[in-house]
Amino acid sequence: MDKIRNEQIRGTVKVEQFGDKAREARLRWFGRVLRRNRGYIGQRMLEMELPGRRRRGRPQRRFMDVVKVDMEMVGVKVEEAVDRARWRQMIHCDFQLLQVTVRDALNQAMDEELERDERVFLLGEEVAQYDGAYKVSRGLWKKYGDKRIIDTPISEMGFAGIAVGAAMAGLRPICEFMTFNFSMQAIDQVINSAAKTCYMSAGLQAVPIVFRGPNGASAGVAAQHSQCFAAWYGHCPGLKVVSPWNSEDARGLLKSAIRDDNPVVVLENELMYGVAFEVSEQGLSKDFTIPIGKAKVERPGNHVTLVSHSRMVGHCLDAAAVLAKEGIECEVINLRTIRPLDVETIEASVVKTNHLITVEGGWPQFGVGAEICARIMEGPAFNYLDAPVIRVTGVDIPMPYAKILEDNSTPQIKDIIFSVKKTLNM
Amino acid sequence: MRKMLSLISSALRLSAGRTGSRVVVSARTYADFTPQATFDIKKCDLHKLEEGPPVQAVLTREEGLQYYRTMQIMRRMELKADQLYKQKIIRGFCHLYDGQEACAVGIEAGINLTDHLITAYRAHGYTLTRGGTVREIMAELTGRRGGIAKGKGGSMHMYAKNFYGGNGIVGAQVPLGAGVALACKYQGKNELCVCLYGDGAANQGQIFETYNMASLWKLPCIFICENNRYGMGTSVERAAASTDYYKRGDFIPGLRVDGMDILCVREATKFAADHCRSGKGPIIMELQTYRYHGHSMSDPGISYRTREEIQEVRSKSDPISMLKDRMLNNNMASVEELKEIDVEVRKEIEDAAQFATTDPEPPLEDLCNHIFHNEPPLEVRGTNPWVKLKSVS
Repeated sequence: MDKIRNEQIRGTVKVEQFGDKAREARLRWFGRVLRRNRGYIGQRMLEMELPGRRRRGRPQRRFMDVVKVDMEMVGVKVEEAVDRARWRQMIHCDFQLLQVTVRDALNQAMDEELERDERVFLLGEEVAQYDGAYKVSRGLWKKYGDKRIIDTPISEMGFAGIAVGAAMAGLRPICEFMTFNFSMQAIDQVINSAAKTCYMSAGLQAVPIVFRGPNGASAGVAAQHSQCFAAWYGHCPGLKVVSPWNSEDARGLLKSAIRDDNPVVVLENELMYGVAFEVSEQGLSKDFTIPIGKAKVERPGNHVTLVSHSRMVGHCLDAAAVLAKEGIECEVINLRTIRPLDVETIEASVVKTNHLITVEGGWPQFGVGAEICARIMEGPAFNYLDAPVIRVTGVDIPMPYAKILEDNSTPQIKDIIFSVKKTLNM
Repeated sequence: MRKMLSLISSALRLSAGRTGSRVVVSARTYADFTPQATFDIKKCDLHKLEEGPPVQAVLTREEGLQYYRTMQIMRRMELKADQLYKQKIIRGFCHLYDGQEACAVGIEAGINLTDHLITAYRAHGYTLTRGGTVREIMAELTGRRGGIAKGKGGSMHMYAKNFYGGNGIVGAQVPLGAGVALACKYQGKNELCVCLYGDGAANQGQIFETYNMASLWKLPCIFICENNRYGMGTSVERAAASTDYYKRGDFIPGLRVDGMDILCVREATKFAADHCRSGKGPIIMELQTYRYHGHSMSDPGISYRTREEIQEVRSKSDPISMLKDRMLNNNMASVEELKEIDVEVRKEIEDAAQFATTDPEPPLEDLCNHIFHNEPPLEVRGTNPWVKLKSVS
């Protein structure tokens, strides 16, 4: 049975929620009443008190009670009703663009690809009957059964190898690692058996496989469960590595990864799974894919370029919002793909802004930021830099457990703001 | 009369021209040979099996000649590779298979070409049985563009249809093989996967992970341990707490097979294939075999075993000699016929070696190709920032 959320139906036919519409109607009438002449009976009715003895129990809700709450919700004051046009504009409710969480985006992407191609299947620990350790594969086992959604024992090296072998023999597996920390157990299969095979066989043997799972820091899971593997996998030729930030990224990149005939590593982020983002109608279509290897400018700006991937993109946008109040316009680039790196987009931005800051959650040494620095230096954009490139990274330590220590181990918004001001000499 | 004789002699000369050998006008015609014979073969040790493969095998003349020819090609090819390596025409790793021919040829005789096979780095023999030609194999060893992997793979990375290499990381091929078996089951084509590994690899953890999953999901996978008694320089007694490799699968049934007798290997493989195809899940075969060369060309092979041991196996259990003796003793072929095959094989190998040494190396333009499959052309960074290389798939 297909589960279609109400928000999805409303979004598709562009219809607002009834309650919102009713509110708009109430406020519209209220404004009309206020603009009438003094002495209009409607105005007197607003403040009217019913004669007679008050009944027992809670007093009845009157029109003004409801309207007061409405005005608070919308954020208008009684005085603003005088200006009809403005009032109408402020109370108008727009149909909401569909809000999809990253988790649901990944779920829908896998569901649609499983439906589209018989050869696609998912395997990993707890992906079937448990609905996924992080519920990303919720409902898929019920829909597709044991053949397509396979629970594995705790044998990363074994099942990663099995997934690669199945890919070699013509299927299109999605191999889920519960977190990428556990992929280290199987990294030989990812690199030596999957990534290198097409080259070693001179193109005879393709390996159309997707390795996905949460990557990087979570909350309170300590050192062994918090490593970022973007640099590790990004190092190897023969692999493609993507790192989605929002729901649209997650949907588009995972679909592209599944449709790609080569091994792709999809680095998700556990803290982003529950975050909802607006997804356009185009982003919800079954054939929506995002090309692997293209970065996106999330926010244009003129003064400094912030390059980031995964969760840190959100931090960059927040920092940009704060800096905008001081007149500093940051251009925020969402890498989307770690390998192949879209240097052209970064270079074009640096040519415009002359300042570059990379932001990542992983460790600094030999990291994504380090690679961007090297590439910028080797390219034409170097001549446009007014200051050295700055890397904002996770602290160079194993992740501690205590909250205060953990919070100070990854880049915070204030670190980004500080770096921006430093590079702009402010 | 004269005309008839001249006709016969010209016909013989014609056939002589084709095979390039002296035509022996034999008193015996092909009709004199026994078309087939039944041989007693060694009984296999069984683990968690009620009954094993049959103790008698039927060999037809055609089959015998074909096995002989293939094994001889394999033997000569490996010896030629030895020669070329010592001449430094082949470089890097070269793991030779001579002595173990009965395994490769016997296994292939027990399965179909539509079945799948994967092995480790001692792969030249399997590349041949799976459809690679001697020319392609040798050219790959010498790193030329005519190689089966265009010179990109080398000794350990040769691929063919339904043959997944050639894998360098010890033990990694076992989960891959189970994955291929998963695909076989998924696609429902009644195919199976033969997954080979050595006595050294048998101690790898991922193999036990694979045993578990293959058994759980009843994958059509034949796990074959080629026990040639030495994992590089370590004898099995020094490496394994239990040298009964056919029992190591615990819950997976197993059989121990004489890997020097091609008929034994063939019957065991047929038995195992039936087991898998009937949906009973995986099965393990341990082939007791021997390699004459060291682990690789950099290993003389005598520091951890005695020359006497090697000599003994060569004289008593050589697979090619065994087959030859069987056929001759049962009048299934003549000495001359087999000699003829030897000469043909020698010529084929010479021819292939000639090709392998004279074929040009892959062009430099090919350096960055084939990184990806089905991908638009991309740019690859060279050794310095100004070198931008092109890659097509």
